[in-house]
Amino acid sequence: MASLTFENVTKRFDEVVAVDDLDLHIVDGEFMVLLGPSGCGKTTALRMIAGLEDITEGKLLIGDTVVNDVDPAKRDVSMVFQSYALYPHMTVHRNIESPLLVRKYHADGPDRPARKLTRAERNERVAEAARVLGLDELLRRKPAALSGGQRQRVALARAFVGRPQAFLMDEPLSNLDAKLRAATRLELVDLHRRVETTVVYVTHDQVEAMTMADRIAVMSTGRLQQVGTPQEVYEAPANLFVAQFIGTPPMNTLDGTLGSDGIDTGAGVVPVPPHLAGRLEGGRKLVVGVRPEHLTLTPGGPLEMAVRAVEWLGHECLVFGTTGGADAVVRQTGMAGVAAGDTARVAVEAADVHVFDPDTTERLA
Amino acid sequence: MSTAARRRRRPRYTLKESALGLALLAPSIVVFVAFFYRPFLNLLHWGRFESRRNGAYFEYVGLDQYREQLTSEDFREGLWHSVQFVLYTVPPGIVLGVLLAVTAHRKLKGIKVFQAIFSSTLASSVAVTSVVFFYFFNDTVGLFKVDWLENPDWAMFAVGLSSIWQNLGLSFVIVLAGLQTVPDEVLEAATLDGYGPTRRLLRVTLPLISPVLLFLVVVLVIFGLQAFAQVDLLTKGGPVSATETLVYKINRLNRPDNIGIGAVYSVGLFFITLAVTTTQFALLDRRVHYAR
Repeated sequence: MASLTFENVTKRFDEVVAVDDLDLHIVDGEFMVLLGPSGCGKTTALRMIAGLEDITEGKLLIGDTVVNDVDPAKRDVSMVFQSYALYPHMTVHRNIESPLLVRKYHADGPDRPARKLTRAERNERVAEAARVLGLDELLRRKPAALSGGQRQRVALARAFVGRPQAFLMDEPLSNLDAKLRAATRLELVDLHRRVETTVVYVTHDQVEAMTMADRIAVMSTGRLQQVGTPQEVYEAPANLFVAQFIGTPPMNTLDGTLGSDGIDTGAGVVPVPPHLAGRLEGGRKLVVGVRPEHLTLTPGGPLEMAVRAVEWLGHECLVFGTTGGADAVVRQTGMAGVAAGDTARVAVEAADVHVFDPDTTERLA
Repeated sequence: MSTAARRRRRPRYTLKESALGLALLAPSIVVFVAFFYRPFLNLLHWGRFESRRNGAYFEYVGLDQYREQLTSEDFREGLWHSVQFVLYTVPPGIVLGVLLAVTAHRKLKGIKVFQAIFSSTLASSVAVTSVVFFYFFNDTVGLFKVDWLENPDWAMFAVGLSSIWQNLGLSFVIVLAGLQTVPDEVLEAATLDGYGPTRRLLRVTLPLISPVLLFLVVVLVIFGLQAFAQVDLLTKGGPVSATETLVYKINRLNRPDNIGIGAVYSVGLFFITLAVTTTQFALLDRRVHYAR
């Protein structure tokens, strides 16, 4: 186990900046998810931890050691690849055993010199990893004879059999079907709790991030946007990008101007959130953000919404429409009570209103 | 073969489908019959006749000629020379091809130029290669000024060198194509597992390109057994008969007065090649990994 630290790390591929001045501390034993759309630099950041990409500028630390120039094999991290990257010519047993064959381990206690494991020790560890991941029956098979989910487990077993300082995972669930993905999410969390290793997990899927992470680092265009617990990132997004990237459907936003009785959006007046009351100057331009579940359809609501479509999903329904020229979505449980073509009234509580600066896109707090 | 493929039942075709299948196969069947099966039957036929009076007429001797010639000193010498030639050319050819391809399989600017250069021997004719090597080895005007081509102990080795060079382009291209099918992520996984470059090559890369290597072994062995032009151009089978391979002997015997013996040798070489290739597939196939 070890912490991981990016200190002002930049990665350039020729002229393209893939990771821009990244400062991020990943705590020992933490499940950290790097979340962002494709091309945001999350995978590059992960590959820099593994040592598969050089660092252009800045420092990367594993524990207290700067590892910029440390060989990938010496960093004591393991990785689960998107394609699983199993050795197709080896049996499951050999695949899992692979890191144990070459590396040296402090098998006689942390103070004793590291050595290669004996065959008996290797077999014991492989057996344990196979048991934890339910691969006992499959050890003699080759990867071609396994299902996608089984291959994924083999990749996980290979990654944690050597008890590395950190687990790196690059979209490990993206090749699984939806049902298996949901089941594997739970298993990964369970596995993390059991092995207590630092995990860095890259994904573009916010559901994976929200459900598994201790903390989420949201990235966009090579830059870190926000780091926080799933709750912090959802309830207090640092900027408009985070606000709209996290949550499905995304947060509704409306341009407005601060007036005497609230924020005037053109489609109605939205109340000012309590923590900002009296702190902003009148007439100031703002961007208002409200999550779909915080909008309610009420006859006397202050906002007007032209309903375009209603999606009923059983446990909830989504009402799509336009408010003040912008697209808006309302999420509510039960039936909507409105239909496409109607004009509805919508209300929002002051505490549920997020306010952003239109120029910097930063949250006003 | 997967269990599913093994279990698959043989499909039944309608008459119409069978006719269409045959029609589609017809062009290749015609070519094979005209240029392979019919000449081969001719060979079997000629092998049973012995030339008399320098080919003025032929006497039927039946299978006796096969028995006599295939056990003769001359045939065994030719076979030994062919085997020698294969041993000199195939293993070094493959090792060099792999080394060169691994070296050139990099994401570097201008690497395509080197890849083109390394594969260029593929495009040069055996005649050109042989002339070049002839001048390399010539003991008065040559680059190395050695007498290998005139020395019975070294002549086969020297001819082998020219063939290794000749085949290097082919080995390089085929191995390079194989390397490009190896997924980067698998090699990266091996790196993180602690594999150094050598272990990565031997334990991961080579097993993954084993189908390509098997193909190369089979092709190069057949090339070796069939090598003729380089022998003819560099040594004419000499000195003495040190470089007379089976094919070279067949060519020498291909005259009216010896045509029966030549036919027997040809049939002998055919079955030897067939046996060697079948054995290679049987032995190596078990160690070959076909990715799916």
